[in-house]
Amino acid sequence: MATVTDAPKASFRLSMLIYDTRYRSITIQIVVLLLFMAGAAWLVDNTVRNLAALGKDFSFGFLWNRAGYDINQMLVQYTNDSTHGRAMLIGLLNTLLVAFMSCVAATVLGVIIGVLRLSPNWIVGRLTTVYVEMFRNIPVLLWILVAYAIFTEVLPAPNAFRGENPTASMILFDSVALTNRYTAIPDPLFYRSLGNIDVGLFLISLDLLAIIAVITGSVLVNRKLLAHATAVQNATGVRPVTWWKSILVLLVPLALLLIALGFHAERPVLRGFNFTGGLDVSNSLMALWLGLTLYTAAFIAEIVRAGIGAVSRGQTEAAFALGLRPNRTMSLVILPQALRVIVPPLISQYLNITKNSSLAIAVGYMDLRGTLGGITLNQTGRELECVLLMMLIYLAISLMISGAMNVYNNSVKLKER
Amino acid sequence: MKNTVFLGTLAAAGLAAGFVSAATLDDVKARGELNCGVNTGLVGFAAPDANGNWSGFDVAICKAVAAAVLGDASKVKYVPTTGQTRFTALASGEVDILSRNTTWTFSRDADLKFTFIGVNYYDGQGFMVNKALGVTSAKELDGATVCIQTGTTTELNLADFFKVNNMTYSPVTIETNAEGEQQFLAGACDAYTTDASGLAATRAAFANPEDYVILPEIISKEPLGPLVRHGDDQWADITRWAMNALIAAEEYGVTSANIEELSKGTENPEINRLLGAGEDNLGAMIGLEKDWGKKAIVGAGGNYGEIFAATIGESTPIGLARGLNAQWTQGGLLYTPPFR
Ligand SMILES: N[C@@H](CCC(=O)N[C@@H](CS)C(=O)NCC(=O)O)C(=O)O
Repeated sequence: MATVTDAPKASFRLSMLIYDTRYRSITIQIVVLLLFMAGAAWLVDNTVRNLAALGKDFSFGFLWNRAGYDINQMLVQYTNDSTHGRAMLIGLLNTLLVAFMSCVAATVLGVIIGVLRLSPNWIVGRLTTVYVEMFRNIPVLLWILVAYAIFTEVLPAPNAFRGENPTASMILFDSVALTNRYTAIPDPLFYRSLGNIDVGLFLISLDLLAIIAVITGSVLVNRKLLAHATAVQNATGVRPVTWWKSILVLLVPLALLLIALGFHAERPVLRGFNFTGGLDVSNSLMALWLGLTLYTAAFIAEIVRAGIGAVSRGQTEAAFALGLRPNRTMSLVILPQALRVIVPPLISQYLNITKNSSLAIAVGYMDLRGTLGGITLNQTGRELECVLLMMLIYLAISLMISGAMNVYNNSVKLKER
Repeated sequence: MKNTVFLGTLAAAGLAAGFVSAATLDDVKARGELNCGVNTGLVGFAAPDANGNWSGFDVAICKAVAAAVLGDASKVKYVPTTGQTRFTALASGEVDILSRNTTWTFSRDADLKFTFIGVNYYDGQGFMVNKALGVTSAKELDGATVCIQTGTTTELNLADFFKVNNMTYSPVTIETNAEGEQQFLAGACDAYTTDASGLAATRAAFANPEDYVILPEIISKEPLGPLVRHGDDQWADITRWAMNALIAAEEYGVTSANIEELSKGTENPEINRLLGAGEDNLGAMIGLEKDWGKKAIVGAGGNYGEIFAATIGESTPIGLARGLNAQWTQGGLLYTPPFR
């Protein structure tokens, strides 16, 4: 540094921009910035010009037009008279549904496999290794297609359940039908339903709200109960018996509510071409869920294994020396420390699941890509708008997931005191 | 300061930016090859054989245009497109013309900015079911699961049809005809719906076509025709009249058997203009050679009727009758404006 400041104050020459270390890095940065801006400007300008040459405008007005097409899986109401915007919402919800289901299942499966992989048992260790190597080294699209092909080719068509001597029959006391189109399961219904409230975008079932409220209440009361028991234990050294009280508090209010609402499950029955009355879980959803779960679980297993491996052996030994049993050592000493290593890469696996869920198109699952980026795009011809919107939505979902996971990560990370 | 730099680069970039060229004819000539968008494989309409040579009813249009413009019907690059990708392929300039069972509709014309150059097949949407279902009418399809190709007009018609008739259905969206075929045969849907011609072509490719019926209801109008981009009228004229030449040839009795003979000159001035055999040079008006019409007909494999009979007609496995697609003189709808 000293040599630079001591340099004679020569008058500024243009060549100094390149040869003088004081200016060079700034020069380079400005040039790169200019090139970048020129590139971006060229792209935008080219797009604008080409759109103009085609006589097309850039507008999102189509989102308020009638969609005109039907969707086979709707979490909230939708008919072909709804708007393209609403079709987009249906797709978005379907994306979130499959992403959520896959994240949960992949985490559970991944943790189990990851822990088992460390097992001293030779067979278990080898089997989990085979699982991990098999699932993470074959593209997820193939797993999805394989799952779908198995569902459609192996399971019977709905009309195989018909007639005097049907070739297929329902399982679980005639309440579930596995077909090559969907799995029909009983539909939970209420004789004395409280109805729905309309929150503008969709209806919320009051029954569901009531159930959630009662469960939350029960859990809170149960917590109080346990806290009280702990307080008594701390004071007297004897823990009062709580298990039957807990069961009572947790189950009775819910049971009473369900009876009051007239809860029952409607069985699916074969009527006409298809099963009606129950809930249809489409094979495309199942295949997508299975494919994403099995694939991502292999990665999560590796992350978990690495996380546990990162906790030094001395921690285990210290815990053993204190007399902790292996189970408690794992849950009280190892896992809390391992989580710090596990959570950050886990976030990116959740993001991967969400983005990979757009492979839904391969099995005809109507996710965001299928509605907004598929049928809407094609029927309206608004390629640019639809794709931009879709990118924006996926970006927003990803940022939200990583935001939420970062909050969690902060809560488990090492707190320096 | 930053802003002015930005605007400056913007302006500079603007000058250098590429345009979608308006002169498709020049592009095709310079390339020496016509890029023709076809479907991914629908026997009779457009399908490649074992050697990768495409043939079919829609392919004939590609050949006619290539022959008229380049003088060689084999100078075509066939670009397979799905219901979803076809319009993007055309709008982006990846193909010069799209000849792929595409229905001429108001919004595709006005909103998607395409020019339909005519109708080469008057069609309507139908349903196909397995005979074993015992269904004889589309009105009996209440509650059915229906396979439907996404990105098509048939998708919208289907929704309308079930609504009007107070019926429900569950759509299974598929990407290509091959996928639809597989799903339908696997029983993943009760009915397959698309253009009736497409149904016939699809069924012809089944192992046991006789096990399936096409229901009598035709629920929509599907005038299928080739299309080009808006904004290049010369190219639209060339393609439109190449197709009209095939229709006119049938009307005037020009066949692949007698075309050499007739192009030496005939008593009929209309035929002379069509084949470039007389004084009039219609080709010059659209930037082509004088005998462009003759080249188009020879290149396509004959007149409209000959092509129809060879690809999808009653003597082929697809077995479509001429019906609406007969000449106006035979009670059909084919009617080309005069070559004058
Ligand atoms: N005419 C309708 C439907 C056209 C269509 O996609 N037809 C299907 C079924 S006949 C097809 O050609 N498929 C061939 C393929 O998948 O490549 C439209 O223009 O939207």
